[in-house]
Amino acid sequence: MNQNTVQKIGFGFLFFSVITTIAFLFIIVFFITTRGIGVISWEFLTAGPRDGMTAGGVAPAIVGTFYLTLGAILFALPLGIACAVYLCEYSPKGIVVNIIRMSINNLAGVPSVVFGLFGLAVFVKFFKFGISILAGSLSLGILVLPLIISATQEALLAIPHSLREASMALGATKWQTIKKIVLPAAVPGILTGTILSVGRVAGETAPILFTAAAFYLKGYPKSIFSEVMALPYHIYALMTEGVYPEKQTAIAYGCSFILLVLVLLVSGLAIFIRQRQRSYDHG
Amino acid sequence: MNSDMLASNKSSHGKGALRSSSGLPYGKINVYMTSSFRIKEKLIQGLFGTLAFSSLIFLVGIVFVLFKEGLPIFQDVKISDFLFGKFWYPTYDPAEFGILPLIVASFFVSLGAMFVCVPLGIGSALYINEIASHKQKMILKPLIEILASVPSIIYGFFAMAILAPFLQKTFNIPIGLCALNASIILGIMATPTVCSIAEDALSYVPRSFREASFAVGATRWQTLIKVVIPAAGSGISTAIILGMSRAIGETMTVLMAAGGAAMIPTSAFDPVRPMTAAIAAEMGEAPMGGDHYHALFAIALVLFIVTFLFNILAEIISRRFRIKLGLSG
Repeated sequence: MNQNTVQKIGFGFLFFSVITTIAFLFIIVFFITTRGIGVISWEFLTAGPRDGMTAGGVAPAIVGTFYLTLGAILFALPLGIACAVYLCEYSPKGIVVNIIRMSINNLAGVPSVVFGLFGLAVFVKFFKFGISILAGSLSLGILVLPLIISATQEALLAIPHSLREASMALGATKWQTIKKIVLPAAVPGILTGTILSVGRVAGETAPILFTAAAFYLKGYPKSIFSEVMALPYHIYALMTEGVYPEKQTAIAYGCSFILLVLVLLVSGLAIFIRQRQRSYDHG
Repeated sequence: MNSDMLASNKSSHGKGALRSSSGLPYGKINVYMTSSFRIKEKLIQGLFGTLAFSSLIFLVGIVFVLFKEGLPIFQDVKISDFLFGKFWYPTYDPAEFGILPLIVASFFVSLGAMFVCVPLGIGSALYINEIASHKQKMILKPLIEILASVPSIIYGFFAMAILAPFLQKTFNIPIGLCALNASIILGIMATPTVCSIAEDALSYVPRSFREASFAVGATRWQTLIKVVIPAAGSGISTAIILGMSRAIGETMTVLMAAGGAAMIPTSAFDPVRPMTAAIAAEMGEAPMGGDHYHALFAIALVLFIVTFLFNILAEIISRRFRIKLGLSG
């Protein structure tokens, strides 16, 4: 066969695979939007569920997801930044740093349900937080820690070395350089990483299954030791529990639509900012 | 360190600063550096160094918890019966704790997912990295990243509410929630993972490799097949391994999509219950500290070991890959 024909067929196949991949995104968004948007109303967004989960709204689940996400980020962000700063700015090369790097990589590969079990055994049982926002947030925080570390590392590595050298040449100490020069310059990168993590945490379900989530609660959580409703868990529960599958599926579409819009807006924003930042960095 | 020392450090710092600004010999700056500044620097470095261990501590903590809560089951059930037992009846009396059906289901569903995510993920990576114009890249890459950011619960819901009824009609099968359903949705989920790792690997292949191939008259396609793919080969296999690892560890999707029957599957249309789904579905009902509870932790231990081995393997291969291409390990 002619080499040009082979090339055309080959390129055609590659084009087909990328289009198929993108098509799945649109198919998922399309179905959930067309079937979910009709369910959304003012009541759906602001009221609690009623009539045995067949009517009313999902406001407590939205609020619960907000609390859990906030808690996870508050825990993981300072820790992740400190870890990345150490690895990028201080790390004396050696076996210790290699072990830390490997453990970050492996933590990122741990199945999400295992974080749930860890949270159950450690936070719920051992520290006696009970099934609570605190236990759920910490489990989610550990899950998202590697993501924040690698985003921060990327942001720190993108800062030119000359900036650090200039600061040192003026007599600033290492910490002064990090505090006044390196971290402020890395803020945009850290921020996009954090926004991406928010998207990830808001949609995670498995880690909160046994540590935080409840199908139905009266009213809103009162403290960090309360159980909490959460959007992703609510979708799961609506699809697998209860006695009115038809009505519940409709509500699940509504919840999925809200969650999808939230996550895609948040992640889309971060991806967009990062893309602009990267193309700017590369000239 | 006591307050006396702090005070003296402060005063010496003051003097040091004065002296150096009055143009005394350079060596005096050492006085300045041995002052509280140096101690503060050491303290901060120590603090950051300690916090840097957090990932390691969590990882070790996870391993510890899985062993501590999982091992007690082996007092009642032999390890070989646990791993190779064909019956998972944790709530019967007497209960049976054989997790072979769950292990088989996990691998069955994940291997099925590979048929979707390997061609799509690597094909997309090749297209984006080798063929797409800059403009196309600027659109395709973010879209694939957005696909990666769709929460697993949404994939699970989609599989349950839309894909399963569709499969049921198309293949005329009694139930749409089956291994095939789970494999397809897992494959779609893992595609962005495979794509972005494979794309990284491709971008590491030096430009000179391609130029050399063009210079001897190869077409772009020949260059791609004979030069770029072999050069990025181990990087691409890392992508496949990590995609597999992601599929095995995925929880909510298979919990909702796979059907949940703890039987060894005989066809792709059988409902199955992978390890992750068993843990997620049953932990809520298992009495704390009972056999069932410990058995679920033991499943998590098996799951952890499997994904850990996959991750280590991927890491070793990718390190070799970088050394081969002359990048720093």
